[in-house]
Amino acid sequence: MIRWLLWIAGGLVLGGIVHLTAIMALPRTASRDAYARLAPLAPVNGFALLPAPTPEASSVPFMDPAFAVAVCRYDLTKGSVKLTVPVGQAYTSVTFYTRYDVAYYAINDRSAGRRSIELDLMTTKQRDDLPDDEEITAADRLIVESPTLTGLIVARAFSPEPSMTPAATAALQAAQCKPQ
Amino acid sequence: MRLLIGLLLSFVIAAGIGLGSTWFALTQNLSFGALELGAWKGYPRNGTVGIDPYARAAIARNGELPIGSGDGVAFTTAVDDDGRPLDGRCDVIVRGTTPPARYFTVTLYTPAGRLVANSLDRHGFTSQELVRDASGDFEITVSPRVRPGNWLPTGGIDSYVLMMRFYDTSLGIATRAGREAPMPAVRSTRNCQ
Repeated sequence: MIRWLLWIAGGLVLGGIVHLTAIMALPRTASRDAYARLAPLAPVNGFALLPAPTPEASSVPFMDPAFAVAVCRYDLTKGSVKLTVPVGQAYTSVTFYTRYDVAYYAINDRSAGRRSIELDLMTTKQRDDLPDDEEITAADRLIVESPTLTGLIVARAFSPEPSMTPAATAALQAAQCKPQ
Repeated sequence: MRLLIGLLLSFVIAAGIGLGSTWFALTQNLSFGALELGAWKGYPRNGTVGIDPYARAAIARNGELPIGSGDGVAFTTAVDDDGRPLDGRCDVIVRGTTPPARYFTVTLYTPAGRLVANSLDRHGFTSQELVRDASGDFEITVSPRVRPGNWLPTGGIDSYVLMMRFYDTSLGIATRAGREAPMPAVRSTRNCQ
């Protein structure tokens, strides 16, 4: 009897391990995560506008229909990426996701100021390799460190009313993310 | 022989418990650190690197892009203030005021995150589109039939999710429930199709 209880207890412990392993492994094994869904639409190191969500189709679930969205799939293996997103009339934000869909940095037009959101995206190593003495350390150059070599940059421009959607879309059409 | 049966029993239990609980955790949207304001639940931590493993797994599985914490905070509800599931065949009143934010949007989705087809092509409101009363409160009628004022059509679907997103807001990980973050009440009526 005791022996059976021990087998059952062992099964429960093993089950717990299976559970934790599955949860931890899932982000790296999911084949239909946001990165995989957007990869066919977004070019590498270049922005592409996502189609507005409709009842029939949505690039990713729970897209906010009041926003125009552009996505850049970045790849830092060959060097850092320079990002420029013009600020729309109402509200513009840029969010950075790792290859495994963790939003590690987000900035909006208020924190960025001026007429466009401009920053450099690089890995920690690329940042360490930057020469110290150059002008580029000036305060006007914002540097974001990516935890992964690849990932997504998602720019969103808000239209408070449907009539402002073309303006928001036009602002994002001028968004750039390109290698330096 | 006993050993073999014992091992087999252990493995069956392990597989059942392990995979069953994983499936349960992912489909029931089990994640920690929810900011609960009335019926609304938000996960400000999901927009940071501090996201918990359960939320990460669920987000990867659903293919979502969580809203970054420097961008805003999202709140969702699939139930009314009394805990009853939202029914697209009945009138639901969303009424009240919101936490401070530069802009917010209210959107109606299917539980899977799709918009719902309707003749008006209206899927939600932005803070600028909402008609408000003299005190600044708003009232949205979520209903399958045409309603005066802020009408959000359900298309008559069985169940749906309401999502409120606040952009450029002080709401976040440090927010405690209560007076600093008033959320609109969600009330089901008996007025059904």
